Amino acid sequence: MRRAVANRLTPYMFMAPAVVIMVIALLYPLGYMVWGSFRDWDPSQTIGEAEFVGLKNYVTLWHDPNFRESLGVTLSFAFFVVTFEMFIGVGLALLLDRNIRGMSVLRTLFILPMMIAPVVVGLMWRYMYHPTVGTFNRVFEAIGLPKVDWLGTNALMSVIIADIWQWTPFIFILSLAALQSLPRSALEAARIDGATGWQQIIHIKLPLMMPVLIVTGLLRLIDAFKVLEVILVMTEGGPGLSTEILALRISRTATEFRELGVAAAMSNYLLILLLFFTVSMFAFTRWQEMRANRLRTAVEEDE
Amino acid sequence: MSTGYEKQPTAFYALIAALVVMSVGPVLLMFINSFKLDVDIISGTSGLIFLPTIQNYETALCDVLWYKPDHVDHCSLKFGNAFINSLIIALVSTVLTLVIGCMAAYALVRFRFMGRDTVSLSTLMVRMVPPAVLLVPVFGLWNNEFCIGKTTYVGALIRETFGGRGDVCLAGTHSGIILVYVAMNLPFVIWILQSFILQVPRSLEEAARVDGAGPFQVFFKVVLPLIKPGLAAAAIFTFRIAWNEYLLASALSDRNTKTVPILIVNNMSEFNVEWGVIMATGMLLAIPPIIFTLFASRQIITGMTAGAVKG
Repeated sequence: MRRAVANRLTPYMFMAPAVVIMVIALLYPLGYMVWGSFRDWDPSQTIGEAEFVGLKNYVTLWHDPNFRESLGVTLSFAFFVVTFEMFIGVGLALLLDRNIRGMSVLRTLFILPMMIAPVVVGLMWRYMYHPTVGTFNRVFEAIGLPKVDWLGTNALMSVIIADIWQWTPFIFILSLAALQSLPRSALEAARIDGATGWQQIIHIKLPLMMPVLIVTGLLRLIDAFKVLEVILVMTEGGPGLSTEILALRISRTATEFRELGVAAAMSNYLLILLLFFTVSMFAFTRWQEMRANRLRTAVEEDE
Repeated sequence: MSTGYEKQPTAFYALIAALVVMSVGPVLLMFINSFKLDVDIISGTSGLIFLPTIQNYETALCDVLWYKPDHVDHCSLKFGNAFINSLIIALVSTVLTLVIGCMAAYALVRFRFMGRDTVSLSTLMVRMVPPAVLLVPVFGLWNNEFCIGKTTYVGALIRETFGGRGDVCLAGTHSGIILVYVAMNLPFVIWILQSFILQVPRSLEEAARVDGAGPFQVFFKVVLPLIKPGLAAAAIFTFRIAWNEYLLASALSDRNTKTVPILIVNNMSEFNVEWGVIMATGMLLAIPPIIFTLFASRQIITGMTAGAVKG
């Protein structure tokens, strides 16, 4: 009898630590933030002392041109980064999906940029972009091209290039994995029917990879909103606000301007935006699974 | 497997060579520069012709070296201390996340009282939350709410033993930072381990149970050894995040609990950057992830595909 009770309790005991930690350090803080976003909150105050101001923080932000610019920078950063990375990553995967020696070594080298700390990535690129000392301008000078003001007038582009360097391998690895798990029979059939390489790619490989590609792209999109350290080290959001993405603005509002309430409201805007992407991604995978199931049952009924 | 490598045109190998140079080049550049004097870096006696020196590393590590390097008059960069902090925080949070995540994943798979949908949805939700969003609440909570009053018994005891003033709070301690990292990484770890535990045959566990093993014994002696590859993948990912993270650590740490990324950012933002030293610190921060990548790339790729494709 006691043993049965113990057995029934086991799963809860196994789950308990994880649940407790997530509630204390994740759910409670998020709720706390929502609560704090309705307050005029200074870092020296506890949240109870802060004055309740209703939706004021949200309204102020909505009309704040700096916030809007920052939102625009974030969106265009995410858009360009994901687009370029998808094209380059998938393209490379299609190109390198061959039976060659040393593929595992190649993959190892390619994932290196992702594993290194974002702070260090920012450091490397800040050095390479340096107007006089930097690698790029030195090379340009040596081959007679004009110098480029990388982190000045072209800051956003430079930041995007650094991110493409770091995260294209992610797309590459995932789409390579998807490519290699495609049903060989479909490709064989196409080859026998005389499809050219391009035809195979456009009519067979890409459509079959599409579900994985969309999920990968959405994951990358969600992660693109988290990029902070690379940009912080490279430009600190400048010059002006040209590279100040929302994550950076939140941290500056909280630590420099000392307006925790506004920062919390900004965090909520960002969360809502991300929630939209995440939910659409989840809905998409569910829809995919349902469609696959329906197709399978249809095929089985035919037989 | 060894047979059937196709011969490829030369342009193909040229492309691969270009890709390798592009992905490894910046890292290599940093590695080389970390052995150069600032004079060499700035004057641009480019290429590989220079006298390698370990001065930069000596400057960076001056507070843990057993001798005093000649060129360092004042040891301002407390890199050694930060390195130890980073190690403690990354290792402890990795171990904790793995143990707790493993138990939770096992419970979810074997006792199925919650659908897989719930888990994958919550994994996604947490993956969605940027660290910047946690900054404000974590800063407020860790400084003001998660405290033990200095007048209580435990609080007074801690103040007597470790010194300091005010209430005892989570902010500024290693455990405060570790707590956030564990919470941030748990969903992902649970998700990865779940897919590995699903592959452990149930009959094995039942056999152990018939032999009289309790649930805990079954878990530690039967299941754990079988999911080692999954554990490795999860460990690398957790360690990487805890080791590399900057923002939350910078909000929660004080003078003594600074981690390496904070140190690097602080030294970068000064107007006159000492490139050599900063590259040496960057290199030291990058070494552990590089080692993992070289020795466990297969596990990393497994973890990445499992985490993304099935998510």
